[in-house]
Amino acid sequence: MLADKDRIFTNLYGFHDWRLPAARARGAWDNTKAILDRGVDAIIDEMKKSGLRGRGGAGFPTGLKWSFMPKEVKDRPHYLVVNADESEPGTCKDRDIMRHDPHLLVEGCLVAGFAMRANAGYIYVRGEFYNEAETLKAAIKEAYDAGLLGKNACGSGWDFDLYVHRGAGAYICGEETALLESLEGKKGMPRLKPPFPAGSGLYGCPSTVNNVESIAVAPTILRRGAAWFAGIGRPNNTGTKLFCISGHVNKPCNVEEEMGIPLRELIDRHAGGVRGGWDNLLAVIPGGASVPLLPKSICDTVLMDFDSLRDQKSGLGTAAVMVMDKSTDIVKAIARLSQFYKHESCGQCTPCREGTGWMWRVMERMVVGNARIDEIDALEDVTRQVEGHTICALGDAAAWPIQGLIRHFRPEMERRIRARTEKLAAE
Amino acid sequence: MPKIKIDGVEMEVPAGITILQACELAGLEIPRFCYHERLSIAGNCRMCLVEVKPGPPKPQASCALPVADKQEIFTTTPMVQKARKGVMEFLLINHPLDCPICDQGGECDLQDQAMGYGFDRSRFHENKRAVPDKELGPLVKTSMNRCIHCTRCIRFATEVAGTEELGATGRGESMEVTTYVEHALTSELSGNLVDLCPVGALTSKPYAFEARSWELAKTESVDVLDALGSNIRIDTRGAQVMRVLPRLNDDVNEEWISDKTRHAIDGLRYQRLDRPYVRKGGKLVEATWDQAFTAIVDRLGKLEGSKIAAIAGDQCDAESMLALKDLMTALGSPNIDCRQDGAKLEGGPRGSYIFNAGIRGIDQADAILLIGTNPRWEAPVLNARIRKRYLHGGCPIAGIGLVDDLSYPVERLGMGPATLRELVDGKLGFFEKLKAAKNPLIILGMGALARSDGAAVLALARDLADKLGAVREDWNGFAVLHTAAARVGGLDLGLVPGEGGRDVEGILAGCERGEIGAVYLLAADEIDTKRLGKAFVIYQGHHGDAGANRADVVLPGAAYTEKPGTYVNTEGRVQLARRAAYPPGDAREDWAILRALSERLGKTLPYDTLDQVRDRLIHINKSFAAIDQQQAGGWGTFGAMGPIGDAMFASPIGNFYMTCAISRSSRTMAECIASREEFAKRSLERARRMG
Repeated sequence: MLADKDRIFTNLYGFHDWRLPAARARGAWDNTKAILDRGVDAIIDEMKKSGLRGRGGAGFPTGLKWSFMPKEVKDRPHYLVVNADESEPGTCKDRDIMRHDPHLLVEGCLVAGFAMRANAGYIYVRGEFYNEAETLKAAIKEAYDAGLLGKNACGSGWDFDLYVHRGAGAYICGEETALLESLEGKKGMPRLKPPFPAGSGLYGCPSTVNNVESIAVAPTILRRGAAWFAGIGRPNNTGTKLFCISGHVNKPCNVEEEMGIPLRELIDRHAGGVRGGWDNLLAVIPGGASVPLLPKSICDTVLMDFDSLRDQKSGLGTAAVMVMDKSTDIVKAIARLSQFYKHESCGQCTPCREGTGWMWRVMERMVVGNARIDEIDALEDVTRQVEGHTICALGDAAAWPIQGLIRHFRPEMERRIRARTEKLAAE
Repeated sequence: MPKIKIDGVEMEVPAGITILQACELAGLEIPRFCYHERLSIAGNCRMCLVEVKPGPPKPQASCALPVADKQEIFTTTPMVQKARKGVMEFLLINHPLDCPICDQGGECDLQDQAMGYGFDRSRFHENKRAVPDKELGPLVKTSMNRCIHCTRCIRFATEVAGTEELGATGRGESMEVTTYVEHALTSELSGNLVDLCPVGALTSKPYAFEARSWELAKTESVDVLDALGSNIRIDTRGAQVMRVLPRLNDDVNEEWISDKTRHAIDGLRYQRLDRPYVRKGGKLVEATWDQAFTAIVDRLGKLEGSKIAAIAGDQCDAESMLALKDLMTALGSPNIDCRQDGAKLEGGPRGSYIFNAGIRGIDQADAILLIGTNPRWEAPVLNARIRKRYLHGGCPIAGIGLVDDLSYPVERLGMGPATLRELVDGKLGFFEKLKAAKNPLIILGMGALARSDGAAVLALARDLADKLGAVREDWNGFAVLHTAAARVGGLDLGLVPGEGGRDVEGILAGCERGEIGAVYLLAADEIDTKRLGKAFVIYQGHHGDAGANRADVVLPGAAYTEKPGTYVNTEGRVQLARRAAYPPGDAREDWAILRALSERLGKTLPYDTLDQVRDRLIHINKSFAAIDQQQAGGWGTFGAMGPIGDAMFASPIGNFYMTCAISRSSRTMAECIASREEFAKRSLERARRMG
């Protein structure tokens, strides 16, 4: 269990004031100049050593990502873009950072922007997060007024401007290139890669898109040292992580914990346990709607980090733990997720545009057993036809929950089909 | 040059191309829907997936992935086959599969590729998506259920046509291609959307349910409805021209044609002259060829040469113009002209009247000046080429004269010849931009030349070209943009007044004063026929238009689809049109009519076959030997320095859709005009409502 002294988000629950003086009292903006004075290479090196992996879901090493930016600014400016379009069902960690500890993010933007030689940063906030965006704007204003942002930020000699942009609430705009399109004022549709944003991103300029949490933890890592951060968690899955526990638990909550904490411990210790006791557990979606669910048998022992969950054919994703007890209609639950992906598919590329609707409609029939047994295989095949064939990862995200369902709950699906067939035959 | 391996075969390919292009170089066909050579890459259909090593363990869209050294590409592996079959299945689940009633049937990319990648039955047991059709005007018919969302149409409208009126609304499977607020397309190139659409979502409205592609005879030819000489394919069924499609020619029209080129062809069915007529008692009555020729011989035989005149029309083939000129010479008449609009271009050095830079030269230009021209109406495909150059960047464009929305920004320098003179004198800022350009391009339109001070304007433009160093060994930026398909050919053949001869204005004035006794109109309809006075008028042509109405003898000729003919486009490229159908009724090929008449007049022209006529063409002007090539024009002094007027330059085309006898007879073109007027009216109303 994470010791209190190792917590980065010390005001995660909003028990304290989010404003600058209070944030400073908690350690934010503490001699940021000294961090910047270390230089770009030292900062990136430290980030690499810390082993921080991107907190947006894919888990790409943050330090490595920063190092992809061109080594010097040529004819095109560099941009930092922060992805605050937190829309993954079950996830609400970035939201709490923005409303309760915005200065961690703002300071992180300066540090990250400096490290990628950017003089401007954009925070793309999910459209629904109106209050959060207002808080963030107020925090940025405080930082400007205190000389922490703007010209010669923190007295470091580096100029850095930070802007907040609110999206319109499309899930797909959380995909980094769709986010850039949206930020440019276009329809939020993912771009083809390559070119990657580090080569040609916002307005065709070198850009890096990072998750709010990845950016917000950066200053603390640099202040306390990579070794401290790397010492928490497990190898290749280091540091602390915000978990969002929801569903059939006694006390749903956000909590900062060590990477690699056993799922059972996480739920029992922080969320008051599964409703009706651990044995009443049916399944857990461990990382937001996009990752395959895990049945209780795996939940008993699985560790909550990128590699452990990948080994179980699931993923850490955004660490949004959705707990479902035995009262859950598990097929209906996944069908609802399919509907979500059908609704949020941008429609640009064929497999996702056509496949999400197809999968959802079949899933709705599966809920009531209105299908043939071999249609389960056909459904599985359709998910494979979507997965890996699309421009962005939304296709994969739509396919995985269904694959997880079929992998672990195929008997339940078959039971419903048989029950309906028998009922019809009896009539 | 990167070395790559495609399906185990090693090859070197140019750097910077995509894997799809590399596969094509290797002779492999990669299935695709959204990818198109002339549009930006969308990468959204996912049909062109291939396996690439090194790379992620999933198939990659080959249209969007650049080649890299030591890459290994696999196009036939089970992974690729499975992926493509998957994409095809997705495309088909919501496609109506109504091929038997779809006009695209038989020439449909989806149909063709489904043969290779489709299943023979469907696993999709849900309801298919229904999408409301869109009203896109009189040319493009929609059947949006068939749309596979490749976005080619959107990209064409946005990038090539430059009218940002198509887009997609909705998300996911609710995505629909639409004009947002429904209205008819406002592009002169909208017909190309139909060619681009890989399925039957956008089809040709005038051609709807007219024919199946396999019933049609296909003839490769050239277009004459503007001076660009677009390469076309004429599809006929029996004697009827069913449709016109573009042919690929990167030097001329790339693969686009204008809506007029494509859709004015229904004009070939109406108002046709299918037998000779002779005027008796003030009325045209049907006659035989013999009677018509007799009537002509009776009149012309009595007149001396100087009292006879001839005017060649804007769509005449070189063969018939040559025969006309030879006949006039034989009759001793110097009064011949091919410049109906009175353009002040002489037969002088060829460089003075052609688009010297070549249409392809637009791509190399780095500053463009438009003088008295509206290329969007005079040659929409050429205008799209200028837009392409603009999009490429680094090419300032300015205009003198009335300049409409050309689909790219144009700096307006002024209205008339005075502005041109200021520019020549270096008094305008744009002079410096032209001067700084490596390849300045001066496009001179008929709006600047078809006026009384045209010769002075021509001289000024020539002066400007010289001052800018626009005429060099490696670049000739002096470019005349014609509106008539026959004009350059006519000037090449010297269809200008001989010594002491009269030009069009002189002929008409002569008619009014009774100095001219007979006028031979070779498909010439764009003159003021009221001024023909009491002259005996012979009209030889294919449509009952202005000329035939006034004529005393009508000789039915052939339209451009009905005869083999030689045309020279605005850049001086000699191209051959071929016969796609026979002329109606008693109508005949035009040079042959003149040849037959010459015999009756006792001045037999010295050729009996088309080959002999073409030999004589080459004898008169060597450039006719170079088929499909642009012959460099000479340079010298031309034009005439003189007083200039104040009148502003205005394009000779006031109405894009009706510029000749064929398009005036076309109902489709009339519908286009009505649709434009409706659009203008609605826009005005909307503006009024919004204050």
